[in-house]
Amino acid sequence: MSVPETPTEPLVSVESLHTYYGKSHILNGVSLHVGRGEVVGLLGRNGVGKSTTLKSIMGLVRPRQGRVLLGGNSVAGLPAHKLARLGIGYVPEDRRIFRLLTVMENLRTGLDRRGVADARKQELLDKVYAYFPVLAERRNQAGGTLSGGEQQMLAIARAMMLEPKIILLDEPTEGLMPRMVWQIREIIEALHHEGVAILLVEQNVPLTLEASQRVYFMEKGAIRHHAAASTLKATDAVVQQYLGV
Amino acid sequence: MAATPSIETAFPADAGREGAPAPVLCTEGLTIRFGGLVALNSVNFEIARGEIRAIIGPNGAGKSTFFNCLTGVLRPSSGRILFSGEDITGLSPDRVSRRGIARSYQITNILPNATVLENVRIAAQSRRHGWSMLTHYRAYGDIFDKAEAVLQSVGLRSKAAELAANLSHGEQRNLEIGIALATEPQLLCLDEPTAGMSAAETHETIALVRRIAKNLTILIVEHDMQVVMELAHRITVFHYGAVLAEGTPAEIQQNPRVLEVYLKT
Amino acid sequence: MGAILEFIQSIPYDQLLIQTLNGIVTGMILALIASGLTLIFGIMDVVNFAHGELFMLGAYIGVVVLATSGSFWLALIIATLVVALIGAALQITTLRPLLGRDPLTTILATFGISLVLQNYALWQFGPVARKIQEPFTGQFTLFYLQYPWYRLVIAGLSAAIIGGFWLFLKYGTFGIWIRATTQDRTMAQAMGIPVPWVHTAVFAIGAGMAAASGVLFGPLVGVNHAMGLDWVLKAFIVVVVGGMGSLGGSIAASIFISLLESYASIWVSPAQAVIVSFVVLILTLLFRPTGLFVPTPK
Repeated sequence: MSVPETPTEPLVSVESLHTYYGKSHILNGVSLHVGRGEVVGLLGRNGVGKSTTLKSIMGLVRPRQGRVLLGGNSVAGLPAHKLARLGIGYVPEDRRIFRLLTVMENLRTGLDRRGVADARKQELLDKVYAYFPVLAERRNQAGGTLSGGEQQMLAIARAMMLEPKIILLDEPTEGLMPRMVWQIREIIEALHHEGVAILLVEQNVPLTLEASQRVYFMEKGAIRHHAAASTLKATDAVVQQYLGV
Repeated sequence: MAATPSIETAFPADAGREGAPAPVLCTEGLTIRFGGLVALNSVNFEIARGEIRAIIGPNGAGKSTFFNCLTGVLRPSSGRILFSGEDITGLSPDRVSRRGIARSYQITNILPNATVLENVRIAAQSRRHGWSMLTHYRAYGDIFDKAEAVLQSVGLRSKAAELAANLSHGEQRNLEIGIALATEPQLLCLDEPTAGMSAAETHETIALVRRIAKNLTILIVEHDMQVVMELAHRITVFHYGAVLAEGTPAEIQQNPRVLEVYLKT
Repeated sequence: MGAILEFIQSIPYDQLLIQTLNGIVTGMILALIASGLTLIFGIMDVVNFAHGELFMLGAYIGVVVLATSGSFWLALIIATLVVALIGAALQITTLRPLLGRDPLTTILATFGISLVLQNYALWQFGPVARKIQEPFTGQFTLFYLQYPWYRLVIAGLSAAIIGGFWLFLKYGTFGIWIRATTQDRTMAQAMGIPVPWVHTAVFAIGAGMAAASGVLFGPLVGVNHAMGLDWVLKAFIVVVVGGMGSLGGSIAASIFISLLESYASIWVSPAQAVIVSFVVLILTLLFRPTGLFVPTPK
């Protein structure tokens, strides 16, 4: 399979990851990479290890073997909070916003960093409120009172506060109404325009194929196929094989 | 304990396939509500004796909730569960187990500090001589025979004396199936039996299920489509707590609604 | 009917008022100790059995500083700061390495620390109780008794410290970090919050609060190496009754239990009045195990 090589050195690269939960061998030699500013999709059924791959990159789960590289440098053993400061944003499955903090306080967890001028902070805030007007409206409401779609937006906005170079998005459209799915699609597009790289884990094939430049297919803890998104259609046999019944 | 006990002697063949396939399990309008959320929506489900049925469906479709209902862990808000013609709705899990439904779990539930044989023997003993307090367990030769036969069928007989904690992940999951088998069930419910297994271990488990299926009815929740395609006689697809489609593997693969749900096309 | 009237007439209202004051004073001290305990538990799931010893250490440092400098207020400040630093050091060396392990290990670790601190104090200061002189004497007349001003002052100070801390939690950046880490440690890390340091800081704050109560309470009781024991027991009861991890709950529970005990001591001896706390604890565990002052979880 001929896949367009990324023009520059990859931003994030994962080599032969083996990750276990206890004895359960979840990642069985996963290798992938994401170039600067690229949107890369990671598709596969439930339980194949997509979320675990993201968690391994984010330092939330320690792989037993293999390497994770950020800008060419190994980030082995670095705790998650250092990786966040180095520019990796993480939006988990089921959102996990801070339910008892207000929308504003949720954003502040990422916004309040050393070395960022107040003016810049205000800019970031304004930008995010422009992207997500509903969050501006609800800025003093507790996170737990938001609807599912609003919480998803807050989770993405919160990650954007870190000014990340790459955002790890785990199934952002799961459980959302079609209208919200469309909004997520637009946000991914907008982030891409700003040069933020995205590693998108999804089960929604059409969305992923539209939004991504390249797509990996995962099965049983390993990458099984890799192609340029433009060469694939949702009805292709390979898609059926890794996502269908 | 002379010759190796075989499966046929350990499982008396009363679960035969002769005659019309009467449903061994049947649910009528099974519904569970958690506050405003309808986790199971009036599910009508039937499985015939001797069948291997796979239950598939996206995240949150209600598959685990369904299992929890069948095994008595959750009480349904409405509807009935009939097992071999008897109403078992709302029975506690131990009662359900005694009626003949056994279950293996997604997160391994073995006793890590006991030997492999002990794990299975204890399960076997729950069925016979469960209440006797005076006789030493060693006196019950039939339980040992039973345990060895079960280990044979799940391919762990050579590891009988090993501590369960020392087994590989795949072996532990197969032990889990063995423990369920030792309770002499009529219906065996397997919850993602190949989760976290390598391709090789998955093959072994597929073969294992084929071996034990001869005298049992089996219900499997799985995400691994290879397992589902190779083992299932029929597949039931769950979606948002209701049955979306049901049919043979070939039928399900071509069902447009199923494709829509899985690929979101 | 007559018996009830008699009982109502026999209630000594003057004593009731005095015991209400006593209850509030004791309650505020207890609240200061219990707040630190519940905070530490809420954020890092550590049951700090050394908390009473941090209280005791604070009192002793207060004694030493008071003896050298003559200033009560200086003693209060220095004791708080020193014990906060000691708490941070303890957390970094003994508790951080145990993160994520069986909770029993942290219980054993903090219990071990409590033994070490107790015996250190015994070795350093000897078995004879010391005294901290209150910063000002002076009493006001309450019915036929003289009630010390100092007691009211320490209640006020404790309330001020707790109130100040609550404001800090609500508005400061660090307060947001603490609250976020308490709610979801993993996502707090993913947001760049240095969770291990937040844990250390919270432990230090809890230790400092315990030390402050040690100095404030010192003039009311003798300062000796075993003074932590009674208080840590009460503090644990308060934390359970108030809801583990709930700051508001532990404050409410502290006052509630202290008032009950004070009232009980009108009719029985103070040593027997302690039974009241245990009765409340047992009732809470039986009927509302998540805490009397927290909303019942769905």
